[in-house]
Amino acid sequence: MRTKVRGNPARWAWFVVAGLVAFMLAFAGCGGGDDDDSGDEALSEVGKGEGELDLVAWVGYVEDGSTDPKVDWVTDFEKETGCDVNVKIAGTSDEMVDLMRTGEYDGVSASGNASLRLVEGGDVDPVNTDLVPNYKTVFSDLKDQPYNTVDGTNYGIPHGRGANLLMWNTDEVTADTKSWSVILDPNEASKYKGKISVYDDPIYIADAAVYLKAHNPDLGIDNPYELDEDQFNAAVDLLKQQRPNVGEYWSDALKQISSFTEGDSTVGTTWQYSYFALKGDNQPVAVSPKSQGFVPEEGATGWSDTWMISSEAKHPNCMYEWMNHIIDPETNAKVAAWFGEAPAQSKSCDLFKSLPAAYFASPSHCADYHADDPAFWERVYYWITPVADCGDDRGEECKDYNDWVSAWTEIKG
Amino acid sequence: MEAAGVAAEAQRRSVGRRLADLFHGRPWLQRGSLLAGPIGWLVIGYIGSLVVMLIAAFWGVNALSGEVSRTFSLDNFKEIVETPVYRSVTGRTVGIAAAATLTDALLAFPIAFYMAKVASPRMKGVLVVAILMPLWSFYLVKVYAWRTMLSEGGIINWALDPIGLSGPGFGTAAVWLVESYLWLPFMILPIYAGLERIPNSLLSASEDLGAGPGRTFRRVVLPLAFPAVVAGSIFTFSLTLGDFITPSLVSPETQFIGNVVKANITNNLPLASAFAVVPIVVMTIYLLIARRLGAFEHL
Repeated sequence: MRTKVRGNPARWAWFVVAGLVAFMLAFAGCGGGDDDDSGDEALSEVGKGEGELDLVAWVGYVEDGSTDPKVDWVTDFEKETGCDVNVKIAGTSDEMVDLMRTGEYDGVSASGNASLRLVEGGDVDPVNTDLVPNYKTVFSDLKDQPYNTVDGTNYGIPHGRGANLLMWNTDEVTADTKSWSVILDPNEASKYKGKISVYDDPIYIADAAVYLKAHNPDLGIDNPYELDEDQFNAAVDLLKQQRPNVGEYWSDALKQISSFTEGDSTVGTTWQYSYFALKGDNQPVAVSPKSQGFVPEEGATGWSDTWMISSEAKHPNCMYEWMNHIIDPETNAKVAAWFGEAPAQSKSCDLFKSLPAAYFASPSHCADYHADDPAFWERVYYWITPVADCGDDRGEECKDYNDWVSAWTEIKG
Repeated sequence: MEAAGVAAEAQRRSVGRRLADLFHGRPWLQRGSLLAGPIGWLVIGYIGSLVVMLIAAFWGVNALSGEVSRTFSLDNFKEIVETPVYRSVTGRTVGIAAAATLTDALLAFPIAFYMAKVASPRMKGVLVVAILMPLWSFYLVKVYAWRTMLSEGGIINWALDPIGLSGPGFGTAAVWLVESYLWLPFMILPIYAGLERIPNSLLSASEDLGAGPGRTFRRVVLPLAFPAVVAGSIFTFSLTLGDFITPSLVSPETQFIGNVVKANITNNLPLASAFAVVPIVVMTIYLLIARRLGAFEHL
C-alpha cells in the first residue's frame, strides 16, 4: 500500500523536521574527543618582522595618536620594526578570551582572570623571556606570578598594574566616600538610586567579597576569589541588594564616560583611563585620594596585566618585538602615565619627569602609584579566575567560574 | 548514405543540446535544479547553523578554560527551567515585545487607514516614502540618537522641565519607546496593504444599510484588516524579542533574552544555546497562531 506522503507538502515538512531533530539528538549524544593542546613551545629566536601585528587590548593600552595626536607609542614602533599594528579594544576579560579563541589575533593584554583561562584552553603559547631584553629590569614582584606563570613556565610579559577605582560626581555625592559602602551599603546606596554605575562582569562579585572581608569578619573571607558556599552566598546577596540602586552595568569605558558626563551616573566603579578622560573634560569627578593610594579603606580589586602571545599567532616575530617595546623604559612610562597605572618597568620611574605635557605625567608617578611597593599591593586583589580548589585546607569546596557567571545573571535579574 | 549522415549528426550534438535532452520530460529535475541554490543556502547556511547551535545546548563546559565539553546532558535546560531569573527575563522580554506590538498597532492603524482610504494618490506616494525613510538610516545611529535624547541632560528632560515633569530616562520604559519607534514602518506597510484591499463598495454598502462610521469600522473594516495587523505584528514582536543592542544602550541595567544570551556566549556557550531555544519556541507558537488568523496571506 503506497502511503499518501508524496502529494502532501505539509507531511514532507514534518518529515524533514523530524529528521533534523533525530540527527541533532544523535549528534549531541556522541562524545567527541577533546583536542589535546600540544603544549606548544616558545620561540627560540626572534626573526624578521612579518609586517603586521593584530592585538587585543584594554582601552588606552595601544595608543597610536587617534585619541590624542600627541599620545602615541605605536607609530615609532611601526617605523622601527615595519610591523603595522591593528588593535581591537575589548571591554571585559570574557571578551578577550572569546576573541583570542578565534585565533585571529597575535597577542592580548590579559588580566589574571583571562590569562589562566587562555593557558588552560591552549589559546596562548609560553613566552621565552630571554628573547625580551627589557624583561630583566621588570619589577620582581611581577615576575613568576600565579597569573602569568604555570608550572614554572612563563606565559607573558607584565604590562602594568592598578586598582579599580571608586569614582563619584562631587556635585551630587556629598556623603563620606572613604569606603565602598557608598555603593554597597543598602542604606547609603539607596540615596543614589538609579545613578550607580557598576562594572558588568561576574568578577565584580570579588568586590563584594572585599567589602565583606572588612565589614563581616565572621565570614572569614581571606582571598576574595576563593569563596566557599556561605561566603559566596553572602557576596551574591549583597549585590542583589545593590541591584535596585544600580542604573548602569558598564563594560564599554566610553559609554560610562558619556553617562557620567550626561549625569545619568553619579557614582560607581571605574578605571583610571575614564577618570582622567572626565577630568580632562572638566567634569566634577573625584576618586579616593593619593593619601589612600587611590583605594577606599577596605582595599580594592585590581589587575596586573600580561601581554600574551597566541598559539595561532600569524606574526610571532612582530609580537615579540611588541612585547619588548611595550616594556622599554620610555614606552612603559608613557603607558603608565596615560592610563594611570603602576608601570612594570623599573627603569621607567626616572623618566616620568621628562615626558611631554600631553601625558600629564607627575614626576612622582612611581611613588604615587606604588610601583615599587609590594606591601601596598597586598590590599589590592588582582583579578584571577576563581577555581574549585580553594588552595587552602578547605579543599575543593570553592565556587568555580561557572558558578560566578550563573550568579551574575541572577544578580542582574 | 542518409543513415550515415543522420548518425554523424547525432554524434555531433553539442553539450548544450545534450543537457537540454537531459532536462526534457523530467520536470522534477528542472524544478530541483532551479531551487537547489536557494534551498541549499537555506538548509545549510541558515537551518544548519541553527542546528549546530541547538546541538551545543546539550553539552557542558569546562569551568576554567570555558571550552565546550561534548558530553550529553540536559543540565542546561534544567537550569533554564528551575532558576527563577530566566523566567523573569523571558517574561520581561515577551512583555515588552507585546507592549511594543500593541503600541505600534494602535499608532499604525490610523496612519495606514489615512493612506489607504483618504489620501490622494500623490499624498500616498509621499507618505510611503516618508515612512520608509527611517529604514534607510543605520539602526545604531537611531538608537544612539534616542540614548542621547533620553539621557539625564537630554532633550526630553529639557523639554518637559518647564512643566515640572521629567522623561522616562533609561530603563524598561525607554526600551518600549525605542522599540515601538524602530519597528513602526514594519507595522504600517502590511496594514496599509491590507486596507487597500478592502473595496470601497463595501463601506458604501454598509452606510446604505444604516450603519454609522463607528459601526462600519467595527463590523466591516476591522475584521477584514485584522489579518494584516497580525502580519505586521509578526515583525514587531520577533524583532523586539531578540533585540539586545537597544536594551544595552537605553537600559544598561536590565537584562532581556538577547542580553543574557550574549553574556553567556563566551563563558558558557551551551547555556546560551539552551536559553536561545526559548525565543524559538515563543516565535513558533506565535507564528502558528498568526497562521490560524490568516496573517500569512498578508505578508
